[in-house]
Formats: sequence, structure tokens, C-alpha cells
Amino acid sequence: MANTQAFCSQAKVDLMNGLHAFGASVVRGATTKDAYKAALYLATATRGAGDTVYSATGEVSGTNYTAGGVAVTTATAPALDGTTAWFQPSASIVFSNVTLATAFDAVLLYNDTSTSKLALSVHTFGSQTVTAGDFTLTMPTGDGTTGLIRIA
Amino acid sequence: MITTTKGMMDESLLEKKTGVIDNEVEKTEWVEYWLDDELVHRSVNMHLKQGVELFPVAESI
Repeated sequence: MANTQAFCSQAKVDLMNGLHAFGASVVRGATTKDAYKAALYLATATRGAGDTVYSATGEVSGTNYTAGGVAVTTATAPALDGTTAWFQPSASIVFSNVTLATAFDAVLLYNDTSTSKLALSVHTFGSQTVTAGDFTLTMPTGDGTTGLIRIA
Repeated sequence: MITTTKGMMDESLLEKKTGVIDNEVEKTEWVEYWLDDELVHRSVNMHLKQGVELFPVAESI
């Protein structure tokens, strides 16, 4: 049996759980998971892979929308599907009874526990507006193929 | 009763419009309520179909 070069599958999950630190790390105050938030951005904004932290620049504003967005439910831990680690919020992200009159087309997930509000991922979609209603983001199928955040 | 820009209103007083966008990124359903020619409610339910992936790039050594 030959050896096989590989990125160990479990290590992908371990990365998601903060168990590896290749560079200078942080002192964590507890072993509990971090809290995450979701913020919406105008279609004219420039969110993307270059983001390092949450930014209010280009964020939507309107009735009942609080800058910084809403809390994300993360009841389900990262998992492995084959050799792909995946993670996603365990419930839909809901902005309730908001009026967002200017078109938006992106959501930023960021770490609300970290002091600097580290950016995690940006997800884009067709432009929308909302008027005195709810904007609900329902998660994709949770697996290694479509899960919201994956390390293949 | 639904939320509107004019407060809670009886749905029967309003004109309802719905729509669906279905592509490889999302399936989005929206509902609007109109009072005469004025939009007083619009809700959106967006089902994302695909997340983002960090994957290794094959490289010859």
C-alpha cells in the first residue's frame, strides 16, 4: 500500500473549529464557539474576497435594520461529507419587518466575537428591495456539495 | 392582517402580486401588496442553492 499525499480530511473540520494556528494566534477566553452576524450590502457596494473585517461602508439602511445586521444561529457544528468539510447557519437568517428601499445583493457573514469583527464569507444574489416586510435567507442543502462554507 | 407602510392592514383591501426567480444561485419568492398604485408591503424569501468553497489548486511539483 502506497502512501498518499493529502490534506487530512479531519484537519479541514479542525480548521473550522480553530484547532490549528499556523501564524500568530489569539488568546481565547473560552472554549465555546464564536458568535456570528449577517449584514446586508447595497448592490453598489464592493464586498468580496478582499474583506478582512465587517465594514459599515455600503451596508443597507432602513426602517428596523440595525447596522451590523442580525445574529446567525450556529447550532450545528462543522461536519465532514466525504473529504469536504462544511458549515452553515442552522437556521434561516431573517431580517424582520424591514424597509430597505435601495437595492441590495450581498450578505457578509462575520465573527461578532472577535474584537475586530473578522469577515468570514460574502454571498451574492439577485438584487432585492423590501418594503415593510421580511427578508429571509434560507440555507442551501447542508452537505459537502452545496453547504454555505466548504473546504474541499 | 399584514404589515404595511401604513401599519397593519387587512389583506383583502390590497392587491397581491407574487413572483419567483429560479436560477443556479437561488430560488427567490417575493410577495407584494399594493394599495391603489402604492407599494405598501414587499417580502422576499430567498433560498440559496450554493455556498462558497475553499479548494486546493492542483499543482505539479
